[in-house]
Amino acid sequence: MPHRRTLLLPAALLALWHLVFICAGFLAPYDPAEQDRDLPYTAPAHWQFHDSQGFHLRPYVCPPHDLAATSQPQQCYPLQFFVHGWRYSFAGMRWSVHLFGVPTPGRIAILGTDAYGRDMCSRLLFGGRISLAIGLLAVLVSLLAAMLIGTVSGYYGKWTDELLMGGAELFLVVPWLYFLLALRAMLPLHLSASATFLLVVGVIGSLGWARPMRLIRGLVLSARERNYVLAARGFGASDAYLLRRHIAPSTAGVLLTQAALLVPQFVAAEAALSFFGLGVSEPVPSWGNMLAVLQQYSVLVSYWWMLAPAFALVITSVMYCWLAEVLQRSLKSFSI
Amino acid sequence: MPRTVRLCLLLQVFAILCLAAPSPDPLQPKEEVQLCKENAGHYGGRLVVGLRAEPKTLNPVTAEDAVSREVIAELTADLVHINRSTQQSEPALAKSWKVSADGLSYTLKLRRGIRFSDGQPFDADDVLFSFAVYTDEKIDSPQRDLLIINGKPIQVTKLDQYTVHFILARPYAAAERIFDSLAILPRHILEKPYREGQFLQQWSLNTPPSHMVGLGPFRLKQYLPGQRVVLERNPYYWKADSAKRRLPYLDELVFVFAANEDARLMQFEAGETDVVNRLSAQNYSLLTRQSGPSGFQLQDLGPSTEYNFLLLNLNDIGSSHLPDLERKQAWFRDLRFRQALSAAVDRDSIVRLAYGGRGTPLWGNLSPGNKLWVNSAIPHPQLSLEAARQLLKSAGFSWNSSGTLIDPSRQPVQFSIIVASSNSQRMQMATIVQDDLSKLGIQVSVVPMEFRALLQRVFQTYNYEATILGLGGGDADPNAEMNVWVSNGSTHLWHLGEAHPATAWEADLDRLMNQQMLTLNYKRRKRLFDQVQRIIAANLPLIFLATPDVLVAASPAVGNFHPAVLEPNTLWNIDQLYLNRGAEMARSH
Repeated sequence: MPHRRTLLLPAALLALWHLVFICAGFLAPYDPAEQDRDLPYTAPAHWQFHDSQGFHLRPYVCPPHDLAATSQPQQCYPLQFFVHGWRYSFAGMRWSVHLFGVPTPGRIAILGTDAYGRDMCSRLLFGGRISLAIGLLAVLVSLLAAMLIGTVSGYYGKWTDELLMGGAELFLVVPWLYFLLALRAMLPLHLSASATFLLVVGVIGSLGWARPMRLIRGLVLSARERNYVLAARGFGASDAYLLRRHIAPSTAGVLLTQAALLVPQFVAAEAALSFFGLGVSEPVPSWGNMLAVLQQYSVLVSYWWMLAPAFALVITSVMYCWLAEVLQRSLKSFSI
Repeated sequence: MPRTVRLCLLLQVFAILCLAAPSPDPLQPKEEVQLCKENAGHYGGRLVVGLRAEPKTLNPVTAEDAVSREVIAELTADLVHINRSTQQSEPALAKSWKVSADGLSYTLKLRRGIRFSDGQPFDADDVLFSFAVYTDEKIDSPQRDLLIINGKPIQVTKLDQYTVHFILARPYAAAERIFDSLAILPRHILEKPYREGQFLQQWSLNTPPSHMVGLGPFRLKQYLPGQRVVLERNPYYWKADSAKRRLPYLDELVFVFAANEDARLMQFEAGETDVVNRLSAQNYSLLTRQSGPSGFQLQDLGPSTEYNFLLLNLNDIGSSHLPDLERKQAWFRDLRFRQALSAAVDRDSIVRLAYGGRGTPLWGNLSPGNKLWVNSAIPHPQLSLEAARQLLKSAGFSWNSSGTLIDPSRQPVQFSIIVASSNSQRMQMATIVQDDLSKLGIQVSVVPMEFRALLQRVFQTYNYEATILGLGGGDADPNAEMNVWVSNGSTHLWHLGEAHPATAWEADLDRLMNQQMLTLNYKRRKRLFDQVQRIIAANLPLIFLATPDVLVAASPAVGNFHPAVLEPNTLWNIDQLYLNRGAEMARSH
C-alpha cells in the first residue's frame, strides 16, 4: 500500500527526534542546572579545523570571539567523544559517559550559555524531554477523556448527549489563562518539580478534550446508524459489544490524526504556561521557561542563541503536522 | 511664487508655534527670585519623557501613586526643597528659615513678589491654607502622617504677610525636610471648593487646564487620556538663571505613557523621548552598544539608595491555619539559620548576573549611595559555605545521606520564594539564591507571581514563606526609614503589626530610631543611626543582597543634564534643562 511508505518517513524522523531527547543525559555535555557564573550569555563556541599544523579532521572548540578578545586567553580544546563527565540517571542506572565534550578546564557551549552561564545545549535537550513528555502525556489524557465522553455522548444521544455537549461548549468558552492564574494562586507555593510536571500534564490534558470529543461524538453518531451496527444490534449484541467491536474501531483513524495534531499544540501550550511562569519552574528547564527570558527586549535583540527552543518548537510542530497530514491522506484513501 | 508662498507658510507655522508657548514674564524689580548657578541655556523646545503609567489625579493633596506625584512635582513647588544632587535641604518658596534652640519652632521667610502660574501673588495665607488642607482629617491626605508629630498636627501661624511660624509638639530632626514635596496650594482657587466640601473632586484629570494653578516650573496645557500630558512653561516661575533670565528654558514638557521599561527604551531609541529615568543594566549596555557617533548621554551614577533583600516571613500567623509555615518559621526565627543563609548567598554573582556588574553588594540597609548616613564599618563577611554549615550545625541542623539539610525534628528544609514576575532582576536573584542554597542542601522553589498578588500576601494574608523585595529610593534621611525599622511601622515587613517589639534587638531599634528622630545634631544622629545599622546587620531581619546603580540616559540635545541618585533622578532640575538648538533642529527635520 502506497500510504504505508509515505507514512514511514515522518514517523521515523519523529521517532529519531524523540530519541534525541530521551537520550538527553548522554548527549548533553553538562548538567542543565549547573551554573557557571563567570560566563553569562556566552555566544556559541566556534569550531576550528585549522591550526598552525594544518587541517585536522577533529575540530577544536574555541571560545567565542568577543570573550576571547576581552578576558580569557584564546585557548582551543580538541573535541572528544565518549568522555566521562557529570553523572545522570538513565534506565534506572547511573551513568557518566557523554557523547562529546572537551578536556577541562575548557567548556564546550555549542549553543552558548544563558543568563546564569548554564549550557544552552544541555538545557535544550533536557527541556525538550520535559516539554515533549508533557505534550505526549497530555494528549493521552485528553484523548482518553475525549473518547470516553464522545462515545457516551454520541452513542446514547438524547439528554446525555445534550448534557455532555453543553458541558463541552462551556469548557471551550472559559478564558483559560485567567483560570490558571487563579488556580496557581490557590495551590500551595512549594510544589516539587514532579508535582508541577503532573499538574501541567493534568491541566493541559483536561483542558484539551473538548474539541476532539466533539469530533468523536460526530463519528459515533453516524457509526451507530450504519447498517452493520443495526444488524448486529438486531442479532442481540449488547451495547458494550457494539462499542468495542464496531464503533470504537471506526474512530481510531481520527484519534490518531488528532493525536498528531494535538501534540505540537500541547507542547506549545506547555511553553506558553511556563513562559508566563505558571508551568515548570527553575532550575528545571523546559522550552517554555527557557523562552521566558526573551520577554526582556535586551535579551531578544542581543543574544540570538536564546531563541534555540523556539526553533526546536517549530521543528516539532512541522514534523507532527506532516505526520498528521500523511495520516489523514492515508485514512482517506483507506476509507475510499 | 510657490517658493515665497512656502516661506510665508513656514513663517506662519513658526509664528503659531511660538505663540503656543507663553514667553517668560520679565523679572519684576521687587520679585525675590531664586538665582541658579548652572550654565545658562537657551529658551525653547519641548522635552518628551516616558512615564510608566498614566497619572491618576493631579491633586497634590490626595495623590498617592508615584506616577501622579511625578507629574504633580512639575506643576507645584514646596517651601523647602531637598536638593537631589547634594541630598541637603535648600531654600525654595521659603528663602530662609530659622530653628529655635529647643528645635520646637521653625520660622520661615517667604519670597516676596512671586506669583502663581495664573499671575496671582503668593503669600503666607496660601501656606496657611495649604497646611490646613494637609492636616485636615476629612481630606485624609497621605502626607498627613508626616505632619502629625507626637499625635498633634504641626501648628502654623502667620507672623506677617511673608513670614510663617511652625510649632512642633516635640523636637524633630531635620524637620525642614518634611516640607519637601508638600505642594503649596493657591488659596484663591481652592479655598471656595474646600469650604464647600468639594476639595476631593478638585484637580482631577478632567479639570480644565486654566483651573490648575501652581508654583511649579510648568503648568498644565493639555491632557490626552491614554496618550500624553502636555505641560507648558509657567511664565511667572520664581527661579532665574545666572544671567537673570526667568526659568524654565523649555517651552513644553510632555509625558508620554509606556507601561514597561522595554517600551520606554524603544521610544528613546527611536528618538520619541529625550530622557529615560531608570534603566536596567541590560538595557543600559544595549544603549551603550548602539550609541553611535552622535551618542546618547549615558550616565552610571553609582549605587542607588534602594536595597534589595531576601525576606523571611516572621509574622504571627496564629497556629490554626498554615501549619506548614508555622513549622518553617521555627527555622526562620533562629538567627543562626538567617546568618547561614546570608553567608551562603553569593552577592557578587547577583551583582554580576542580575545587574550586569552595575550594582553593589549589600550587607546592611544603607547603600553607599546614601552618602550622608551609611555606616561604612558594617562588616562585609565573605561568601563561605563552610561558615554557613557550621552555623546550621550549631543550630541543630544536620544532613542526611543524600545531602539534604534536615532540621532538628528530622524534616527536610525546603521553602519557596515568591517573586514579582515582572521584575526580571529579582527573578534572577531568586534563581541565584536557589542555586546557592542548594549547595547547603536546602531545596528552594521559586514562584513567580503578579506583583499585586505578592504584595497582598506580604502585607495582608501573610501566606508566603520568603520573598525578594526592594525598599528605599526616596529621601536619604533616616526618618524616611522610620516605618521600616520601628516595630509598629507600616513597612516593618518581616513582622507586621507587632504590638510590642518581639525581640530585645527590635526594642533597641525602636529606642534608637525614636531617639535619632528627636536629635537635632547631625553627628549625634549619625552615631545613633550607625548603631541602628549595626543592629540590623547583626540580626538580619532582612537578608540584604544588592543595590543597582542608577542608570540614566538622555538624548545628546539635552543640556544641563545632571542626573542624581535620588528620585526623580533626571528631572529634579527640570527648570534648568534646555535643548541645544542645533540638535533640536536636526531632530525635527
